[in-house]
Parts: sequence; structure tokens; C-alpha cells
Amino acid sequence: MNNNQGKAILLGHGSGGKLSHDLIRDIFVKYFSNKILSEQTDSACLPGADEGIAFTTDSYVVDPIFFPGGNIGKLAVCGTVNDLAVSGAKPQYLSASFIIEEGFSITDLEKIVSSMADESRKAGVKIVTGDTKVVNKGKCDKLFINTSGVGYLPRKNHSISTGRKIIPGDKIIVSGSVGDHGVAILSARENMSFNVNLKSDCASLNKMIHSALSTSSGIHFMRDATRGGLATVLCELSETRGLGIETDEESIPVKSSVQSACEIFGYDPLYMANEGKVIMVVDSLDVDKVLDKLQYNTFGKQASVIGEITEKHPGKVVLKTAIGGTRIIDMLTGEQLPRIC
Amino acid sequence: MKYITEFRNKEIVSRLVDYISSISKKHVRFMEVCGGHTMAVQKFGIPSLLPDNIELLSGPGCPVCVTSNLFIDKVVAYSRLDNVIITSFGDLIRIPGSTSSLDREKANGRDIRMVYSILDALNIARKNPDKKVIFPGIGFETTAPTSAAAILKANAENLENFYLYSSHKIMPPAMEALIDEGVELNGYIAPGHVSTITGSGIYKAIPEKFGLGCVISGFEPVDILQSIYMLVKQHETHSPKVEIQYKRVVIPEGNVKAQEMMNEVFVLHDDWWRGLGVLKNSGFALKEKYKRFDAEKMLSVEVEETIEPAGCICGEILKGIKKPSDCKLFNKACSPANPVGACMVSNEGACHAYYRYNK
Repeated sequence: MNNNQGKAILLGHGSGGKLSHDLIRDIFVKYFSNKILSEQTDSACLPGADEGIAFTTDSYVVDPIFFPGGNIGKLAVCGTVNDLAVSGAKPQYLSASFIIEEGFSITDLEKIVSSMADESRKAGVKIVTGDTKVVNKGKCDKLFINTSGVGYLPRKNHSISTGRKIIPGDKIIVSGSVGDHGVAILSARENMSFNVNLKSDCASLNKMIHSALSTSSGIHFMRDATRGGLATVLCELSETRGLGIETDEESIPVKSSVQSACEIFGYDPLYMANEGKVIMVVDSLDVDKVLDKLQYNTFGKQASVIGEITEKHPGKVVLKTAIGGTRIIDMLTGEQLPRIC
Repeated sequence: MKYITEFRNKEIVSRLVDYISSISKKHVRFMEVCGGHTMAVQKFGIPSLLPDNIELLSGPGCPVCVTSNLFIDKVVAYSRLDNVIITSFGDLIRIPGSTSSLDREKANGRDIRMVYSILDALNIARKNPDKKVIFPGIGFETTAPTSAAAILKANAENLENFYLYSSHKIMPPAMEALIDEGVELNGYIAPGHVSTITGSGIYKAIPEKFGLGCVISGFEPVDILQSIYMLVKQHETHSPKVEIQYKRVVIPEGNVKAQEMMNEVFVLHDDWWRGLGVLKNSGFALKEKYKRFDAEKMLSVEVEETIEPAGCICGEILKGIKKPSDCKLFNKACSPANPVGACMVSNEGACHAYYRYNK
């Protein structure tokens, strides 16, 4: 603890990048340590009778609370549903807690809650418990939401969240264009004077993921590429499992509006947040039928194979650049864009 | 023309690489002196495409990297004054000073706001008339005109609570100092954005006095490779000169209006550069007639004793004498999450680029 004396939390600690990882390791895991937590997966995998139970929680502080393609409430449902779905679970029940700033418009609150109800219906989950707190004006920014969720986790899917079954030769799939959410939020910020015809990709992916899982038992790993983007998911995977990853920049779908906005602001689309994209690592024999299933779904039309697991350079992600050069992809450090979700 | 895909075209890139390989005989070292080039070179993996006898070096082109610890310490000290708002480009916020940084001060409750343009800082000043709004001005001839424009605007509006703390610098003295110091170089990939403002005349001394080639380059892979091709050709044919590759943006006379603004507002003074020390007439200070906007002259502040980080070789890296991987702190005590020197913090720093794309 002495090491941290006098140090304060920086915005970068919430970025999902290296500082967040260090904080989780040095403070949270250090004190909460147990076998389930130490897996550090999107959802905790709880022991059950025949089927296990997946359990997850997430807080939403996105700014602004209304943005093209969604709002903080829709995001709070999709985010938690997706965390369960990428663990291989069937999301069932959600909780919703609201921390509201004094003076917040009830009309806006109703809009947000009603979109949560819509999204839950679409995803086939029920919001079954909740909590409300109101704090003095200025003590929180408008509205923060926490959702937790549980889902059934079939035994055959237990290894998906850790990626234990990944082997060299497996293919990496992304379910569509990357960076849409990050750039949509950026464009909605008050101090950003640029317009871009782009919506957040915020969506519940559980049905699409379920259809892929039912067609193939070769899906070895899934993760939704939220904060920190595609790059962070690949880096985490390669680092925690000691895997080499090769990816090809040309094969990664990026919308031209996202590309342009990133060029202007100096961001890298590979690190921009997504709220409706899943990364899968799939047995090379099954890759075509998984792609078919994904592309059949509205949210997976642009699903593409973007790389593969290799025996070369363990622990490193190597990108073949669009011009044919090579370079590594590293974890994001510092804060690319605060309060993105 | 879309200006992105065309300049990242794989076939053109591969043809350029072939051209370069076919004419390049001697071992050469070319230096870029612009953070944008540092990043682009690494991001696109350009070194992996070039023949072994062409070496690319990163020079002192990252504004925050060449800035002194004293500058950061002073901004930190300003941020601790009452009723002050510091408005800054994002890069500067994480740079460690002697004992603190702006992001740490922000976490301690100081009012520090990231802006994308100094004009946003002016807006903040207008909206907060009871606060002193300070903008730490860093950067070369690229950002200096925007600071000049802001001062002229503040002056026209009679804005009484806006201050510039200028550490703006100009590029040519550093480029000449490097050659003077004996850094082994065979040519400069000259900064595209700086040259957009200044024009190409400022590099005249490089071929004339020092016999080195100088090609003003754009920032896309095709731009950089074409510039390398032009430099190799100059070197192989012993015909050093200033050439503009980035013709779609840079004209020989530059942006005259921006130059006039800089001349109106700033005066050159001797300035300190990390790695190079004090260089004569290399920095911009506000002219006496705009003194009321000069943070250094108008706001007195006590600054802590400057401590330079031990073991950090940023200075030698900025001169191209050493590579980031030569530093014993690199990827050990010094990483982007826990930076020791400025070159690791700034997105445009050589160590940061090397760490991110090449580690």
C-alpha cells in the first residue's frame, strides 16, 4: 500500500487500458482475491448444477447521455447483455441502479427508462430488481446507471471466456466495422464542432451470438470490443494466454466516416470503443459457417476474418499494415477518450 | 481524390520501394524532425519495407519532448494559483515535471481543461471573466500562428483574463545545431506542416552551408517513401537541395498571412531545447506591446527546483545519436503508462512511437 501513498486516481485508470489493469491487479484483485474473480473474464462463471450461471456487472457514465444511435439506458442494457453473451451464456435477468443528480429532467429519465425496456424486450431479458439514489446537484453528472445480469451458462461453453481451447491456426473474426461508437460519442460532444453521419453501433448481440454458437462448437473465445477497442481485446488475449496473433489491417472493416474522424483527431480506429461488436476466435474448419451465421444477422453483415493465432512471437500482436509493412499493436495507455460508456 | 486511400495505395508503395532499392547504393541516415512523421513512419511499418542500408532517425520534432522540465513545473505552479484555469493540448497534460504533472494536479482538483485549439481557450476565457485563463503554448511554426491569432483576437476584444505562456520554437536552428554537433546525417525529411506556414526558404542553409539534402514531406506512406526516394537520389548524385514533395499543401513562399501574424506578435529569443541546450534565436516570446497577455510577465509564481530524470537519455535520442531501445530505462522503468521522459509520454515522441509499434 505504501507504494500508493499520496497517489491519486487519474482518468487513465478508467480507460480500460494498462492503468486500469494495474489498478485492478494491485487493488481490487489483491483484496477480493478468489478463484472465480481471478479468471478476470467478462462475466463471472458461478458453479451450478448442470448448467453454470454467468454473472456480470457494469456501470455506465457515458457523456453525453443521449447520442446518435442510443442513450445511456440502451447502452446499460446492451453492455451487460453482451458481457453475458460473449461468455457463452444466455442472458436472463438484469438489475438496474440509478444514481441521479438533483434537478435532472423526469421526461429525460422516462425516455431513458423506456428505451431500456425496449432493448430488454429485444434482447429477451427481464429487468427484475433495481435501486434509485439521488445526489446533490453537482455531485454527479446528470445520471449514472449500473446494471448487473445473470444468464445460464451451458457446460460446453465454460472455456469460451478464458479462451483455454484456442490453438494456433484458429481464425479471428470481428462482427463488423470498428470504432463506430467511439466516433459517434465524439461527434455528439458539445465542444466538438464536427458533424458526421454516423450512429453508435450499440446493440444487444446475444441472439446473433447464440445462433453462431448453435452452429459450431469451434468458437474458442469471444469478447465484446468495448472500451479500448479491437486492439485492446487482441492485446489482452495475446498477453494473458501467451499467444501470438497476426492481423491484417486491410481486412479490418472501418467505415470511411470513422477513418476520417480518426485522422482529424489523431485517434486510431483500432482503439476506438464499440458497443455492438464481438471478436471471436474460431476453429479454422468452422470459420465459414460461423461467418455465414453472423452475416445473416443485422448486426453481423460486415463480419470478417481479420487474422489468426500463430505459434510465432508468443505474447505479441503483429499487424500487417495496409501498405504491406509490419508493426506491433500494443495496449492503450492513458485515456483515449474519457466517459465513452 | 480522397487523400487517404490514394496515398496508402499498396501498389504505389511497393513500386516506390523498388525505385528506392534500385538507386540506393550507399549507407544513408535520414532524419525526420516532425512528430507527425515519427508516428507515421512507425504506424505504417515503413522501416520494415526499406532496404537495410537506409536508416531513419527521429529528431527533435516533438514539441513537448524538446520542452524543459522547468516549463512543465511552471505550468504546474500556475495551476496551483487561485482562480486559474489551465487550458492545454492533451499531450502536455501527462508530461511529468520534476515532481508533478498536469493530470496529477487535475486529480487534486485544479482546473485543467484539455482543448483542441487555442481558440477554445479564448472561449473559456470569455465565459469565465472572474478566472485567469492560461494557455501553455508549445509547438513550432505550425501552432505558433494559432497562438498569434489568439493574442490578436484577445487584444481586439480587450480580453483581460487570457494569458499565453509561450514555449513556441522554430525549427531551422535545431536542424542546423544537430549538424554542427556532428550528428551523422545524410539528409532531412523536412516537416510538412511547419513548411506549410514558413515555405521552403527556411531550409536554404541545409544544402548551401552543410551540403545536405532536404525534402519537405507529407505524412502518408506514399509521401514519406517518395521523399526518401528524392533524398536518396540527391545523395547518390551529390546534388543536395531543398525540394518540396508535399506539393499539394506546401508552396515555396508559405502562408504569408500566418507569417505576418507571427511577426506581429512574437519576437525571437534564445531558447533551451532538450538535448541541444540553448540555441540562439530559436524561440518565440511575446513582444513588449502584447505583454499584458504574457503569463510570465503578468503572473508571478514560485516554481519548485527542477529535477531532470536520472538515467533518461531523451536528449541523445532527440539528437538521433541513440535509439529508444538503447536507453536502459526503456520498457523497464519507462513506459507510456509510467513515463520517465517526455519522449515516452507524447504521442509524437520517438520513445512512445517505438514502444507502441516496434517494442
